[in-house]
Amino acid sequence: MSAASKAGHDDHGHGHGHADGGSHGTFKDYMTGFVLSVILTAIPFILVMGNVLGNDRITGIVIMGFAVAQIVVHMIYFLHMNTKSEGGWTILALIFTLTLVIITLAGSLWVMYHLNTNMMPQHMHMG
Amino acid sequence: MATQSSAAMNFEPGRSPSVTIPQVDPTAFYDAKGEHHPEGSTMLGFWLYLMSDCLIFAALFATYAVVGRNYAAGPSPKDLFDLPLVALNTSMLLFSSITYGFAMLEMEKGDLSRVQIWLAITGLFGLAFVGLELYEFHHLIHEGATPQRSAFLSAFFTLVGTHGLHVSLGIVWLVTLMAQVHKRGLVPENKRRLLCLSMFWHFLDVIWIGVFTFVYLMGVLQ
Repeated sequence: MSAASKAGHDDHGHGHGHADGGSHGTFKDYMTGFVLSVILTAIPFILVMGNVLGNDRITGIVIMGFAVAQIVVHMIYFLHMNTKSEGGWTILALIFTLTLVIITLAGSLWVMYHLNTNMMPQHMHMG
Repeated sequence: MATQSSAAMNFEPGRSPSVTIPQVDPTAFYDAKGEHHPEGSTMLGFWLYLMSDCLIFAALFATYAVVGRNYAAGPSPKDLFDLPLVALNTSMLLFSSITYGFAMLEMEKGDLSRVQIWLAITGLFGLAFVGLELYEFHHLIHEGATPQRSAFLSAFFTLVGTHGLHVSLGIVWLVTLMAQVHKRGLVPENKRRLLCLSMFWHFLDVIWIGVFTFVYLMGVLQ
């Protein structure tokens, strides 16, 4: 019984894999993702190379926003992430990883900034 | 009783428990309704590997963020980075992502020769990416901007080089899978492997978004 049901799974292969939304996408998904990615890549390059906004700080914040948007686009349309795949374990692993990534990045910058400030005889100019 | 005795045998030394546990209670592992297929656990495991890889890159990004402005009186990103080249590089990786997607779509249809063609195109875009990056590195080192020159350059070469190494190994993996698909066709095992490489490949594109934004574009802004 168990062997038969397992073999049945193997025969199906990925034919009915859409139920868990795992790693499958449609042509429309990929094209949507691609077009959005091209737009979200082109705009930051134009902003920086053409110095459109005229303010480095604002440009920096804007292109970071574009990067985050493009990462989300890639996750949804190329990696086919959703909250239901693998019973929610993929999204849980992703959230956990993002938490660690944010702690690593923000923590390093925070600690090292204070280290620089406190160790230097006079204030270093940052940047 | 028979199943209980075989369960007890699982814990004998030298005997792999994973071999016998499914005989004990298969429904504990496989959804009886058929909502999961056996490859599901591989995909989740590979996803966890990608997440751990993500942490490696997080550490490298953090290193770059901390020492990225320590030029040691050497060249700064503004002096070194050639944005049109980076834009070209970015487009190569983006094209390779969409062509890998097309290979996956053909795999769903079961069209073996088209899968191979799209995989080959993906590999060529990947090679173009690595080639452009090596050209850039060679150019920088030729100008004296070596990894030893400053903390900024050490962090830059480590971060971008690790990504480039991932793409290079991805190409090796891609060629290996093309040979496997050529030899054995689109069997379930090969489909599973192609799906894993698909995740790996798209994941590297995601990392590159961070690299071109944070390292190249923000570097030139300063």
